[in-house]
Amino acid sequence: MGHRKGMEVSIAVSHAVALARAEAIAAYPITPQTHIVEHLSSMVANGELEAEFVNVESEHSAMSACIGMSATGARTYTATSAQGLALMHEILFIASALRLPIVMTVANRALSGPLSIWNDHSDIMAAKDIGWIQIFVKNGQEAFDHTVMAFKIAENSKVLLPTIINMDGFILTHVVEAMNFVDQEMVDKFLPPYSPRHTLDPKSPVTMGAFAMPEIYTEVKMKHQVTLTDSQQVITSVWDEWANLTGRAYKPVERYKADNASTLFLTMGCLGEVAEIAVDELQAAGESVGLIELRLWRPFPFAELRAALAGANLVIICDRALSPGGAAPPVLAEVRSALYALSHRPQTLGYIIGLGGRDVSPESFKDIYAKARMEIAQGPSQEFYLYGVRG
Amino acid sequence: MDKFGVANSQKYDVYASRLMPREEFFTSGHRSCQGCGEALAVRWVCKAVGKDAIIAHATGCMEIVSSGYPQTSWMHPWIHVAFENTSAVAAGIDSGLRILHRKGKIDHMPKVLAMGGDGATADIGLQSLSGAMERGHNFTYVCWDNEAYMNTGIQRSSSTPFGAMTTTSPPGKQSFGQSTWKKNMVAIAVAHGIPYVATASPSYPFDLYFKVKKALETPGPAYIHVLTVCPTGWRSATDLSVRLGRLAVETGVFPLYEVVEGRYRLTVEVPKLKPITTYLKPQGRFRHLREPQINFIQQQILERYELLMKKCEAPYPEFPSLVPSEEGALWISKD
Repeated sequence: MGHRKGMEVSIAVSHAVALARAEAIAAYPITPQTHIVEHLSSMVANGELEAEFVNVESEHSAMSACIGMSATGARTYTATSAQGLALMHEILFIASALRLPIVMTVANRALSGPLSIWNDHSDIMAAKDIGWIQIFVKNGQEAFDHTVMAFKIAENSKVLLPTIINMDGFILTHVVEAMNFVDQEMVDKFLPPYSPRHTLDPKSPVTMGAFAMPEIYTEVKMKHQVTLTDSQQVITSVWDEWANLTGRAYKPVERYKADNASTLFLTMGCLGEVAEIAVDELQAAGESVGLIELRLWRPFPFAELRAALAGANLVIICDRALSPGGAAPPVLAEVRSALYALSHRPQTLGYIIGLGGRDVSPESFKDIYAKARMEIAQGPSQEFYLYGVRG
Repeated sequence: MDKFGVANSQKYDVYASRLMPREEFFTSGHRSCQGCGEALAVRWVCKAVGKDAIIAHATGCMEIVSSGYPQTSWMHPWIHVAFENTSAVAAGIDSGLRILHRKGKIDHMPKVLAMGGDGATADIGLQSLSGAMERGHNFTYVCWDNEAYMNTGIQRSSSTPFGAMTTTSPPGKQSFGQSTWKKNMVAIAVAHGIPYVATASPSYPFDLYFKVKKALETPGPAYIHVLTVCPTGWRSATDLSVRLGRLAVETGVFPLYEVVEGRYRLTVEVPKLKPITTYLKPQGRFRHLREPQINFIQQQILERYELLMKKCEAPYPEFPSLVPSEEGALWISKD
């Protein structure tokens, strides 16, 4: 079952989409997402993937077309980045409200301006409230695995919510990595064809996208909220099933050498792999430090996160987005909020790193560790810090 | 043409009503205004479409009056997503159906329609419409043109006619109302090289009916531009809607024609154009207009009509009998 192969991660993701037998794809070019849809396009052109590939004229239309595709009952996929995600913004909320299980890869990239094609999380953090399931991956293997699994999660009749796989632009999308692939037979067993409850079908007509008066709007939102929160059970059970098949296990909150650590880093996406090196080196130097990697962003895994952080004295939360003028960058704000109810909660310090493709090395984490310890000893002078600003 | 001035092509329309299907797909009980020409148009279009179709509809009057949860007026499978993206949604439906059909998951391809108002078509949704037409999706787009953003309270659109008063093109000391000529959506659709484009009006229901049939039968994109009288926005009497729709055709303001594979054909002949004032006068939105603007509108209508007749290779109709007024600025009908 399966084989190991070196490949660019974007191409691996496109293979995952093909293995999932996606039937309808609408996409618009934007760096650094393009390699994924280019390869899907060529697979369709070569007859390797039986699907409709629609070259729409904008990301707004990409998401709109995906809604139309999914509403007919076709398994639907798209990918985008930054400005593309921002242009889709309006339609993202509607896709989730219509309960259409579209799967989308977001190759995370900084939002303009100034224009930057490079990586950070400002695109997805501006879309955190769109009502989709949102997952972060840190390497090619995870990107491949979670792309296949996303369809199974999204299409589960208890869920029926669109799902985003976040992967860091360039740093992950354009890296060549050795990955374990699975074969078609296994994926076919794991992921049965999509059997939707309602489709646009003249034999049994339905009205989709009716408007809601104040008497019903709140109830619809509540239903969405409950469904998204409850989807965590389906998500973890799908991940467990995948673990049984492949041996690769995933959790909403991953712990790396975090047992009994006094200080914990918290990262999302591929910064985790860099932080792991720093944790190894700091532990070797006798420091009590570990790492928590937040994989599941929506629904927010409150219980798992509280359990993972509760024993620490200090949590250093690493954001890759700024909330200008706000109380805290997005991840810090949510983690602090999750910890607030605990009677014995660790101190939290926020560091915003790696904006617009600024390189983050293990040394950066070690430096942040030293600075954070000093801040805590002196009493923090700021709510959060933009790390590595020159001048 | 007979002695009553009725063109031959129109003579047999009196029998057509008996041939129309009785089944309704846009049902009563919706909340449109009294005298709404758009609801009438929707009803006729849906009748022509028949059962086997899927409709994507833009945000706007028709969406709001017909789809308040948990009720619906639509007997077709129907989807509303947003304002500016209906053509993209329809494109997605077309593509979704195509792959499901190819894979044997559905046994046939239903017809796909997209519908939207003039704002959803000529303004905010023009890009997605252009994209869907250019890509050649097999769908029919129907524009309900009531010539302004009526749903939000009568704001001007690019489809609002010259001189019309709207809440954002009000007449005043420095303004005579809408200062631009109506955007020619039909020419834009034709420029995409799509196989079927037409204008239509619910005041000519059989012409509308057969154009919809033709559009649906044509493989590839089709575009139908329907003028829909809006008593609320046009400040006209609610019992005049059908009459105003006819006057729009009879004055040359809104000629009924079709463009099949680039070839223009006039579908409703007007032997003698009526003066523009007969169309403007019953509408409060034009009440403020003075001689220079009315004169300009009349000249423009005649010039544009002449150009269209050349394209249609149709005989040019009689001019309205006009003479200059004493001031020399306004053309007045002798009739």
